[in-house]
Amino acid sequence: MTKISKGTPPRPEIDRRDFLIRSAKAGIAVAAAGALGYFLYDPIGPGAPVEKSSIALPDFSIPEAGKKIAIATGEDRVKTVNAALKALGGIESYVKRGDRVLIKVNAAFATPPSLCATTNPELLAEVTRLCLRAGAASVAVTDNPINDPESCFALSGIAEAAQSSGANLIIPRESLFTNVTVPGSDLIRNWPVLYGAFQGATKLIGIAPVKDHHRSGASMSMKNWYGFAGGRRNIFHQDIHTFIKDLALMVKPTFVILDGTFAMISNGPTGGSVSDLKQTNTMIVSTDQVAADSAGVALLGKTPADLPFIAKAEQAGAGTSNFESLSPFRVSTG
Amino acid sequence: MRITTVRRISQIFFFVLFVWFCIASTFGQSFWQLRNWPVNWFLQLDPLVGLGTILTTHTLYSGLLWGVATVALTLLLGRFFCGWLCPFGAMHHFIGYLGSLGRSAREKITVNRYMGSQRIKYYILLILLAPAAGALLVNIADSSEQNPLLIAGIICILAIAMAVSRRADPLTRRSLSVFFGLAAFWAAAGYFLKLDGAVSASLMTGLLDPIPLVYRSVNFLLLPFADSSFHLISAAQRHYEGAWLTASIFLAALFLNLAIPRFYCRFVCPLGALYGVFGRYALWRIGKKTAECSQCRLCDSRCEGACDPAGRIRINECVLCMNCLYTCNDELIGYNMFRSASGEIVAPDLSRRGFVAASVCAIAAVPMMRIDGRLGQNYDPALIRPPGALPEPDFLNRCIKCGQCARVCPTNVIQPDIKRAGIEGLWTPALNMRTGSSGCQMNCTACSHICPTAAIRPISLDEKLGRGAFEKTGLIRIGTAFVDRSRCLPWAMDKPCIVCQENCPVSPKAIFVKESFATVRNGNLDRAKISGASVLLSDPVLQPDRFGTGDFFVLVESGGISVRTRILSNSQNSIILESRVPPELNTSDLKRIALQVRLQAPQVDPERCIGCGICEHECPVSGLRAIRVSAEGESRHKKHSLLLK
Repeated sequence: MTKISKGTPPRPEIDRRDFLIRSAKAGIAVAAAGALGYFLYDPIGPGAPVEKSSIALPDFSIPEAGKKIAIATGEDRVKTVNAALKALGGIESYVKRGDRVLIKVNAAFATPPSLCATTNPELLAEVTRLCLRAGAASVAVTDNPINDPESCFALSGIAEAAQSSGANLIIPRESLFTNVTVPGSDLIRNWPVLYGAFQGATKLIGIAPVKDHHRSGASMSMKNWYGFAGGRRNIFHQDIHTFIKDLALMVKPTFVILDGTFAMISNGPTGGSVSDLKQTNTMIVSTDQVAADSAGVALLGKTPADLPFIAKAEQAGAGTSNFESLSPFRVSTG
Repeated sequence: MRITTVRRISQIFFFVLFVWFCIASTFGQSFWQLRNWPVNWFLQLDPLVGLGTILTTHTLYSGLLWGVATVALTLLLGRFFCGWLCPFGAMHHFIGYLGSLGRSAREKITVNRYMGSQRIKYYILLILLAPAAGALLVNIADSSEQNPLLIAGIICILAIAMAVSRRADPLTRRSLSVFFGLAAFWAAAGYFLKLDGAVSASLMTGLLDPIPLVYRSVNFLLLPFADSSFHLISAAQRHYEGAWLTASIFLAALFLNLAIPRFYCRFVCPLGALYGVFGRYALWRIGKKTAECSQCRLCDSRCEGACDPAGRIRINECVLCMNCLYTCNDELIGYNMFRSASGEIVAPDLSRRGFVAASVCAIAAVPMMRIDGRLGQNYDPALIRPPGALPEPDFLNRCIKCGQCARVCPTNVIQPDIKRAGIEGLWTPALNMRTGSSGCQMNCTACSHICPTAAIRPISLDEKLGRGAFEKTGLIRIGTAFVDRSRCLPWAMDKPCIVCQENCPVSPKAIFVKESFATVRNGNLDRAKISGASVLLSDPVLQPDRFGTGDFFVLVESGGISVRTRILSNSQNSIILESRVPPELNTSDLKRIALQVRLQAPQVDPERCIGCGICEHECPVSGLRAIRVSAEGESRHKKHSLLLK
């Protein structure tokens, strides 16, 4: 060990004022760090994720109108839908002055109207006009399609029909979906649904084509509500009959229109060729969606018993499969 | 009005027009959407796109003819495009202006002095264009095999070119001879060695060409970002792969202007370099009226091109910002037909060694990039090109990576690739069926019509779907879907599903199902008592209601009779059936039954599948999909075909 220097080396003087200021700053900084740590201290850590509380959809049915069904035959959709509605007491019995009507179409695929994979635009335009004539304050049209939404609405002619007849088109966006739980349902628990489209709506009409569907047997009025679901909804195909029953519990429409002017008898639900279609000249309007589907399934050469979801929906109280018990109004437009 | 004011109006006008075109590239019917808006116009004006594709394809496709007009105007006026029209240039100009705000006149003069490194952009141009030029000669050599006259003609032209170049300055002459020598060497290598595909064209200009760069940056970054809260342009958020890379380059290019104004234009831009080469012949040019001046250097203070207007002006660097006309206190500088009284430098500041090195590296780069065999048997099956895309080598000869196809795609399935096509294919379009709203839409040919260079050639819907006149040639496939039986719910887990079959848009469907009944786990029950439509079990082994979904059945086999009946509901020890079983099976003794699930297992018919990927998009196995499209069977490559015909 060698000593480098003897005695205390000279050093700069400490300025008292500078020392006090620096001490004060350091003290405040330490106190602030301590306080921040104290307030933000979390001894437990995050728990399991909590599901957001969810809501149910409103009921759009009109109890006093009762359960009714009308089956009109004819080639012209405008004539048959008018005749069927007239038989049910006219649209005025369902759509009142000031009502805000939401129409759920089937716009699942980006295909032209001639292929009948989507709701017919002329039919949509006519129903919109009827609602507006009955005094509806507004008519909105929506669906959450399978193919690209904007392309679907454009190619199916639905966007054009909505615009020309005075309806607003609601294109599904992320912000319109809210988690919904359906009381009494097996599968729809905290699932994203196109709830935003229902905001302010006072009446709900479903307009669906009659289509072959390999998994469920048929795609008609009840299956049409699939288009209200968001998220990765395809997982419901694992138990599709239960899901369609749940959809019928979730959506209580004012009435449904089941368009069987052409029925897609093969290659459904996409179709893709006019050879997949059969002209069946039938238009069904009903306040009971289960009855409508039970009547419509004959157009595909099937019976309600072939479609387990019909029995399930009936059992769950969504309607009756015995549509004859509602004494259907049968009209022909010649 | 000052000419600089006119220039600013021009820059703002063309910038706004460019942004408008980017917005209008939206698929749809409204006035602001894609109808007849010339959304590719800036790309078509870009002569680097035209020149590059001429070298690789020997044709000038459609709207690229506009590039001739730009070249002609540059030959008359100089680099007007950079200072007056280029939307990317306008961005640099503006940000460079912001950066200059706090600077003193002295500092401004310093950052705007000419720097030797401005020559880098000429090397970049060379590196990007040389591969295309080398391949041109390969092609000439190839076709001369059939026609000896052609090669004689080429030799004559080359001889004349050499003779003419003897009169040029020594640097140009040397450069030309080196360039021709190298190109000829590679052409000869390709001719004699038959390195099929190794020595060939590659259009690399799109990597740094400012117009494709600014198109893809705006379309893949700024628009989706700006639209994410408004959703005016698209209802769903648009996503683009590799945004980090696009963003890094774009933002670096923009922020470097804060250090040195027009950094990209001065040091990087290959298009500016090309204009610099043409600009030397300009009829009108910036120059001093008298050689003598006070050398105050104020003209440098706002010089955008850093072209040294006070000294021997570098005509090839001047972007015609015209600022020097007004910063010169003595008004000595003008835009005239005569040359600057102080003299000019018109040629790029290239060294011979640099020229040789750049050319060698560039021409060698193509075989280096392709030696991995990705254009042959080692092709990436995950690379699905849009319908109408040319065979891969031809595609790479044309694609400028502008991203217009991905921008216009209504479903957002076309992605700028950064991982499947290698560095040569950076930002080229590849379909990712998991992104976007629904695979490649059947009734859509938008990408093929927007492509400015026909890398995706324009196809009609009839051709895409093999209808009408195209019935014989058949439809256009972009790949084939394969079911992954180890992940598919019905195949691997005995769960009903067939979402893919449902969504297959082809008629008749390319996905069909094989129906079968599988006994569920622990579904063989020994002691069951059957009466009418109900089954009673001795033990409470069932989960209540589990088998009432409509998909489950009870199989009873006895004495050569086998009956399968759908289950309506079940409790722990009883099952209600849809219909009564035949009376001969109704006995009081205990029977063995099997609980079965009805399965429809999807299978792809490769003759019908078009590879649209809607099945892959919709598959409920959300991570690695249980049905996936890969490039086998794509129409553009016979070698990738799957079937005998």
